[in-house]
Order: sequence, then C-alpha cells, then structure tokens
Amino acid sequence: MGKNKLLQFLNRRGAIEAISLCTAIITWEIVADFIIRNPIKLPSPYAVFLSYLKLWEIIPVDIGISLLHFGIGLGAGAAVGITVGMLMGWFRVANRALDPMVEILRPIPPLAWVPFAILWGGLTHYAAGFIVFIGAFFPILLNTYTGFREVDKTYIDAAKVLGCKEERKMIKYVAFPFSLPYIATGIRIGMGVGWMCVVAAEMFGVSKSGLGFRLFQVFWPLHMIDRLVAYMIILGLVALVLDHLFRYFVEERLLKWKKGMVIQ
Amino acid sequence: MNHKLELRNVTKTFKTEEGELTALENINLAIKPSEFLCIIGPSGCGKSTLLRLIAGLDDPSSGEILLDGKELRGPSQDRGMVFQEYSLFPWRNVLKNVTFGLEIQGIDKQEQYKIAEEYIELVGLKGFEKRYPYELSGGMKQRVAIARALATEPAILLMDEPFGSVDAQTRNILQEELLEIWKRTKKTILFVTHSVDEAVYLADRVAVVSSRPGCLVKCAKIDIPRPRKRTSVEVNEFRGKLLMWLSLERTKACIQR
Repeated sequence: MGKNKLLQFLNRRGAIEAISLCTAIITWEIVADFIIRNPIKLPSPYAVFLSYLKLWEIIPVDIGISLLHFGIGLGAGAAVGITVGMLMGWFRVANRALDPMVEILRPIPPLAWVPFAILWGGLTHYAAGFIVFIGAFFPILLNTYTGFREVDKTYIDAAKVLGCKEERKMIKYVAFPFSLPYIATGIRIGMGVGWMCVVAAEMFGVSKSGLGFRLFQVFWPLHMIDRLVAYMIILGLVALVLDHLFRYFVEERLLKWKKGMVIQ
Repeated sequence: MNHKLELRNVTKTFKTEEGELTALENINLAIKPSEFLCIIGPSGCGKSTLLRLIAGLDDPSSGEILLDGKELRGPSQDRGMVFQEYSLFPWRNVLKNVTFGLEIQGIDKQEQYKIAEEYIELVGLKGFEKRYPYELSGGMKQRVAIARALATEPAILLMDEPFGSVDAQTRNILQEELLEIWKRTKKTILFVTHSVDEAVYLADRVAVVSSRPGCLVKCAKIDIPRPRKRTSVEVNEFRGKLLMWLSLERTKACIQR
C-alpha cells in the first residue's frame, strides 16, 4: 500500500523535479556549513536567502537596467541580423559580397569589442547594448540566412503560378513567413548569447548599474560572496523567464502552424 | 481551329553532367476549350516537365506554346496549377491559402473572402476555413489546392498527379468531385497521371507520352458517356487498350537500351 502511494506521488507532475532540487539545496547547505565552513569560499543557501532580504529594493532596478542593455542589443541584433540574413539568403550576389566579412567578424568573441564599445559609446547604456548586439547578431543572421536558403521550391512555384512575380512580393508572402521558424530559433539562440554578453559588458564597467556590474561590485571590493551568489541566481532566473516567455509567445502562438509539419 | 492551348514542336532539353538530356521531344498537342485531357506515361517520362512548361515555370528549349493563339511567357494567373506534393502554404489557414492569388492581385479584403468562400464551398470544405494545413488530411489538402488554383479564375487548370498520394478510396471520391467541378466551371483541364484507371475515368482525351525522350506517341478520344462506371465493359476495354499502348512503349524502350 505504502509503496503504491509513493509511486503515485512520484508520478505527479514536478514531483521528481522538486525532490531533486531540494536535495541539491540541502546538500549545498550541508557542504557549506559542515565541510567548507568558510562563507567567503562558499556561502550557504540560507545566507544567500538572507542577502535577498537586504537586496530586494535594489535588485529590480538592476534587472531593469540589464534588461535595457539586453533590449537595445537584441533589438538592434534582430533588426540588422534579419535584414542582412534575408539579403544573403535570397540574393546570391549579396551572399557573395557579404559572406567574407561575416566569416571574418563572426569568430571574434563579443568581449573583444568591449574597448570599441567604450571608445564609441562611452560609459552609456548603448555601449553595453553594443556588446549584446555583437553577441545576438550572428546567430540571428545565420539562422535567417538558412531559412531563406531552404525555402521549398514547391512553395515558390505555387506562388509564381498564383501570380506572385516580383521578388519583393515573393519575400513578403513566401520566403519570410517560411523562414519565421528559423528566425525564431536564431532569436532564441541570440537571446542566450546576448544575455551572457550583458553580464560581461557590465562587468567591464561599460555601465554603472545592472546585474553584471553589481555582481562584480559585491565581489570586488566588497567581498560579499552571499550577494554574489544571489546575483548569479537572479541572472539565471531572468534568462529562464525570458526564454519561457519567448517560447510561449512565439512558438506556441505565432508559429502554431508549424506543429505536425515534421510528420509530413 | 479555335484551340485553347496549342503546343507546337515543343522540345525541352536539360543540361546535366553527362551532357544534354532530352526530356521532351517535338510535342504537338492542341486542346479545345473546356476539354479534359489526361497525359499519361511512365514516371520520369517528362509529363511533369510538360506541365511546367505550360505553366510557364520552365521555358521550352524550342517550339512554342500558344494560349488563345498568343505565345506564353512566364507563369500567370490565366493558368492555375495543382501540384503533386502538398504545396499549400503551411503558415496560412485554408481561407488565406485560397485568397493568396487574390491578395497578390491586390483585391479588396472583403471581396477576397467572398470569392474564396465560394471556392471553398465548391470543393466541399465549408467550415474548415480557419484550419491550418497540418490539421487537414491529404485529400482535404488537395481540395484546398484546387480551390486556391481556381480562385483567380484561370482559363486552364493544370494538375500534376494531384491525387497521387492519397488513398484509393479518397482518390475515387476526389475524381468524382473534380468532374463535378469541371462540369460547373467549364475549365480546360490538363491532368497528368500515371494511373490508367484515373485517365479512363476522367478524360475526354488521353495523350500517351513515352519515356526518354518524352514523345507524344498516341492521342485517343475516350468516347464513353458520363457518368462513367469504373467497372463497365467500355471502361475496361479502353483500359485494356491504354495498358497495351503503354506496355508497347515500355518494350520499345527496353529494346532500344
């Protein structure tokens, strides 16, 4: 009887996940309290929790500032990435003209652009946004490119027969909607890379606030390691929420038509 | 004389790595207004290529194709096409798929919907307007494709093995429906198939295409009154004739190789 009840409980949605998470936190607490016993090397979860009580006023502001940097970069990255990706995917000449530059610039880590971000933008939100832009731009570009490249010939033929002649209309009515799932994937990857860049950009002092800036400030000179961990967790959680929001609005709603397409 | 569509010495060659490949050679064919012509031949014989030439998706290497006496240039809304594969735009629902050609023309939205509704009803899909292609069965998809092709009111309907990938039962139903649509709209229909049964059931006339190079080897009228019965003696006799011509071509092709 007891065994059955246990199985029933484990089968419930989220049960195993919750148990696993709790175990991890308890293990962390035990390791911090009884093995490491040095809050500078590893703060306990309880200490991190307490630090939130002191940070609750400031954290929303930092989240807001980081989201601002993120938004500037991602917005610009999407606008430029989709446009260039579209041109490169659809027009052979554009591809040949732009491909060498893209291939040379792409492997440069976004962080290598920090000096230029500061030189060009000063210590402003735009400078931080620029680093995010560099990170988000390439995945969006490449995925958009792939989408436009893979437009099914049948759809193009069908559109032609239905009177779609100009390139502009072919892009608007066929290639762009066809590429939307690819573009969405690009944006999702771009969001991930961009968020990493937010922290990096703020760490390098491009701006005087934001999660990344604060994360380094509490480490040096303040040495408040519990707060450092608190900020790390916030960074993870914000990205998680952003990703879920994106998936909910884009994949579940905008790209509903894509369901079941794989089966065809 | 008053042909709807006329093909004169149409030849199509493709350049491949092994040199030139003649897909179609010297095709001469004339189709009357409101005629239902089936083009039949083994797979790979170039019958789809022929349809693509008429649609304007490819240009003939030599020869000319005349529509109402005027030479064709490129695709246009005067020739509707239903493809072999599912060519519905998966990001558009049934209604928006049918309005596609009208939207391209820049017709007023209300008018678009009115016309689309008419054709959706004609193919028996009323009530499915908001469905997306992934929610439809194979037969329904092809019905939408027919409605979409008809919505811009083409003079000719080109159909490239449209029922090739639906099950036999559905195929029979779709054939009956197509004949009904044909009767009501009086379109000229060019229907490519590799099914002898389909050709004999549907066509006024059947054109047999041989393979490699694709030549028109036989053109025969099917004088069986409609509605035809799939199992009637006349239908079976004609089916026998058609099968014989096709196997004759196959033998010839084998000997040549």
